[in-house]
Amino acid sequence: MIALMNSGAFSAENLDQIFVLAKHALLARTPGMLQPLASAIISIVPLMIVFPLLFAITTILERKGLGRMQNRYGPNRVGPFGLLQPAADGIKALIKEDVVPAAADQLVHFFAPVVFVAAAFLGYSVLPIGRNMVLVNLNAGVLFFFAVGSVVELSVFMAGWSSRSKYSLLGAMRAIAQMISYEVPLVLAAVPAIMAAGSLSTVDIVEAQAGYTGIFPHWFLFTPWGIVGFGLFLIAATAESNRSPFDLPEGESEIIAGYFIEYSGFKFALFFLAEYLGMFATSALGITLFLGGWSAPLSFLSFIPSWIWFFTKLLALIFFFIWIRGTLPRLRMDQLMGFAWKFILPMALLNVFVTGLWRFLPAGPLNSIRWAVCAAVLAAPCIVLSQSLKQKKKLLLRTYHFAE
Amino acid sequence: MMTATFLILAAIAVAGSATAMSLRNAVHCVLALTAGFLGLAGLYLYLGAQFVGLTQVMVYVGAVAILAVFAIMMTHHPGEPEERFSRLWLSGFIIAAAVFLTLARAITLAFVASPASTTQAAAPSVTAQQIGDTLLSRYVLPLEIIGLLLTAALIGAVIIAMDPKDDPSHTEEEATQ
Repeated sequence: MIALMNSGAFSAENLDQIFVLAKHALLARTPGMLQPLASAIISIVPLMIVFPLLFAITTILERKGLGRMQNRYGPNRVGPFGLLQPAADGIKALIKEDVVPAAADQLVHFFAPVVFVAAAFLGYSVLPIGRNMVLVNLNAGVLFFFAVGSVVELSVFMAGWSSRSKYSLLGAMRAIAQMISYEVPLVLAAVPAIMAAGSLSTVDIVEAQAGYTGIFPHWFLFTPWGIVGFGLFLIAATAESNRSPFDLPEGESEIIAGYFIEYSGFKFALFFLAEYLGMFATSALGITLFLGGWSAPLSFLSFIPSWIWFFTKLLALIFFFIWIRGTLPRLRMDQLMGFAWKFILPMALLNVFVTGLWRFLPAGPLNSIRWAVCAAVLAAPCIVLSQSLKQKKKLLLRTYHFAE
Repeated sequence: MMTATFLILAAIAVAGSATAMSLRNAVHCVLALTAGFLGLAGLYLYLGAQFVGLTQVMVYVGAVAILAVFAIMMTHHPGEPEERFSRLWLSGFIIAAAVFLTLARAITLAFVASPASTTQAAAPSVTAQQIGDTLLSRYVLPLEIIGLLLTAALIGAVIIAMDPKDDPSHTEEEATQ
């Protein structure tokens, strides 16, 4: 043990690469013929354990956090402080009866959650969760992510249509309309980061944000187009993962649970899992594109392993989503669509233009002027657009006739 | 040269397309066709054309299949057709054969024209960057024309979907009624 410590096995660098080194050590022990297969399994299995585990942790955090925001306790019966609630939920989902409606299209009904979860997991294959920790470094990685994301819409339709229920069909129509509308700004919000990095590979995009000025990192977030891009990306990501305030597809008070209302037991849990996995994956992509991926936020904090930073950022974004859910009321369908097409989309297009402007304006001593010009080009249309979209109705104090 | 990967992907593509033609339920047809699209996308990826393969998934699975599904849901289709095969099968067969022969001829000609085809040269790896560079330099005019066409289509769609209340001709009709 002491010899190991002396040889520097526990240095910061080794800790950073601990999973990569562990994989190499494991691979060295497998026979040569099995190595490609073993390499794939060793890389994939941890991903398929860690993120569902994160899902379990998030469910308890969300229920506790929302409870806190709404002045109640949240789950506090199972285990210490109710921390074992996810295990109880999981066991409950597993032992529940799997009810399939008699009129349902059996095959499609069965395959919808499977396709949904598979698509949700595929997105993780291109996300760098630490230094040298990416499953495959595709040179069109971001495109792969969005391509896989588009399969999710089809599985939503499969679930909604095959159930033969008007609520699930309505939910599916809402969900697909919403996902299509917000997929456009989601992709367009990602474009500036791709333009600045000059690559579609997620690893290259993280590389492009490496380095520090003083103690501050070169994240894309710290540019005018980065701030706007990240904001648009977060809004579109919230809508894309059907979360409040964009949770119309499963609005409990309107269409109960939307497209997966006719699912029960473990299939229902699979839909939940896939939705959360989708949210994590989109957040992780946002981190990769704008928040410097796994790099430390301040230069002197670089000694902390890269994967810790990645998961810290991911948890921060998850907390942000929970917070938003506890704060904002649900939008109406026409507000949702109007917001996407009339405000988010023009701003995303403008942001792409500003990124080009940023690229060709001189940096160096004139950096503050470049900042000011780009910020002005973004802010002025934003104000004009939001003013012109404001409804001209005069709002009066609402009077309640029978509730005084 | 047929590897197992190619055989599996080709089987998915062919089986998906064949099932799409033979099923009765329109939604099942779309889903089977989507499987065929995915098989095709896999073939592109297998050939090393990452950009084309992923765009295939994005456009055909993410857009075309969804569009077809919406078209089925939005339109009224009473019952299922009596016959499994259309009465126009002969003309359909002729058109399909003509398209196939044209494409086959074009592809074989392309291989004869290029000197690399004689030796088993490695497939060129085309990155998204190269495609972007070519699109914005050599093929910039076709790109702009397609952009204009799509914009026109978009405006047309908006006009069709627009609320008829804003149209003065409609209000007159309503007034006379």
